[in-house]
Amino acid sequence: MSRLATKVALVTGGGAGLGRATCLAFAAESAAVVVADRDAEGAAGTVSLIERKGGSAVSVETDVTQASDCERMVAEATSRFGRLDFAYNNAGMGGEGLPTYETTLVHWDALMAVNLTGVFLSMKYEIPAMLETGGGAIVNTSSIRGLVSYPDLSAYTASKHAVFGLTKSAALEYADKGIRINAVCPGVVKTALVEQSYARMPGFEERSLALHPVGRFGEPEEIAATVVWLCSDEASYVAGAGLVVDGGWVAQ
Amino acid sequence: MSDFDHKIALVTGAGSGIGRATALVFAREGAAVACSDIDTESGEATVRMIEDLGGTASFVRADVSVGSDVEAMVQTVVERYGRLDVAHNNAGIGGLGKPIDGHSLSEFERTMAINTKGVFHGMKYQIPQMLKQGGGAIVNTSSMMGLVGLAGISAYSASKHAVVGLTRSAALEYGSKGVRINCVCPGIIRTPINQKYWDEFPEAEKEWLSIEPIGRYGEPEEVAEVVAWMASDEASFMHGHALSVDGGATAQ
Repeated sequence: MSRLATKVALVTGGGAGLGRATCLAFAAESAAVVVADRDAEGAAGTVSLIERKGGSAVSVETDVTQASDCERMVAEATSRFGRLDFAYNNAGMGGEGLPTYETTLVHWDALMAVNLTGVFLSMKYEIPAMLETGGGAIVNTSSIRGLVSYPDLSAYTASKHAVFGLTKSAALEYADKGIRINAVCPGVVKTALVEQSYARMPGFEERSLALHPVGRFGEPEEIAATVVWLCSDEASYVAGAGLVVDGGWVAQ
Repeated sequence: MSDFDHKIALVTGAGSGIGRATALVFAREGAAVACSDIDTESGEATVRMIEDLGGTASFVRADVSVGSDVEAMVQTVVERYGRLDVAHNNAGIGGLGKPIDGHSLSEFERTMAINTKGVFHGMKYQIPQMLKQGGGAIVNTSSMMGLVGLAGISAYSASKHAVVGLTRSAALEYGSKGVRINCVCPGIIRTPINQKYWDEFPEAEKEWLSIEPIGRYGEPEEVAEVVAWMASDEASFMHGHALSVDGGATAQ
């Protein structure tokens, strides 16, 4: 399929997990992809996966907590491909698995910087680039923890709730200017990040699986399909929404 | 996008508005579509529109507020096509345009009978057939008024809130049995229902626009694309979700 031919997409955290799957999904629809990640090797790996299938992609080492990095990743899109149509602000880190009073300020600050400030900084530079070509679409990675909570994940939950709030406010600002901004709220998808978290937090995996009414975890491709669809014209009236892709978790 | 080749889709309220648009999208994507409506003339008109485009469709009359009608509707679909893969329970009526003390009990009950009980009837008879086949997907039509309220349409808003609750509960019951159940929450769409309301209350057409951050009303086709995508395999991990297609209205 080539729903997105001639379009340019940028994905943060594109070197692994949901970000990598989404890069591949954008490329499968013929979009050129800017793969941003703090992990240069992971980003380069995604680029070579795309190029091997005949797609067009470029990697840019990016720490989304740094404004200058976010500015540079957007500049990479416009200088290399001439424009920026879609952005998936997805770079994030997982929780510590400790109750609130045991959560260290260091962890809190680090997590907020990536999960929340990173999304803010990304949008801050993406939006002007999109306005220049008449519009675009942005999807931010929130989480089911952006809607409901879970014990021992307070920093993560706070960051993801905040992403949803940020998404809604930004959506209202640009809805009539041609930029649709939405969030995706995945349930548990077994990415490397989640595997690491489960390794740190015994018993989480079993308890977590029991909370998915469909009886399984999600696949990165299922989130990627949602993100790409949200960016497509098929979703032209979807703005400020949080798409829950969680196998039924928050319906409970 | 969504590939519905060899799939059988059923749409209630297919004679106009969102239902007609969805029937056309399902047909475009390759499904054979059973178009149901209480109004034979408009339902048959949708069938002709699909056939003129080279698709497969047939009409089945049903008053969704009557259980035996809905049972017969599902039975007819299975007799004609051998199965039922996708159902869009969409038949509904609009708001009354008066405060709650102006709502008569019979008006309230009629709204609930069509908008809420109609969806209940639909799922009650569709689900056993889908289970028999090993799965299926259902999308119910709620509304942004299923998430927030609006002065003058309390019965409508109650009926649509109920559809969200019904959808979530049903989703939890059948999640691990292969039947995915979600609902769509359209904002203000240019449908015949709203046009009728605006004809009666012309000031509402202007006033309601201020509800839409995107600065315009939605088109039935923009909701139809969302419904079709939710019913497709691309949305395989989306379950029990109420998806807002409202130009940002409920992000406020």
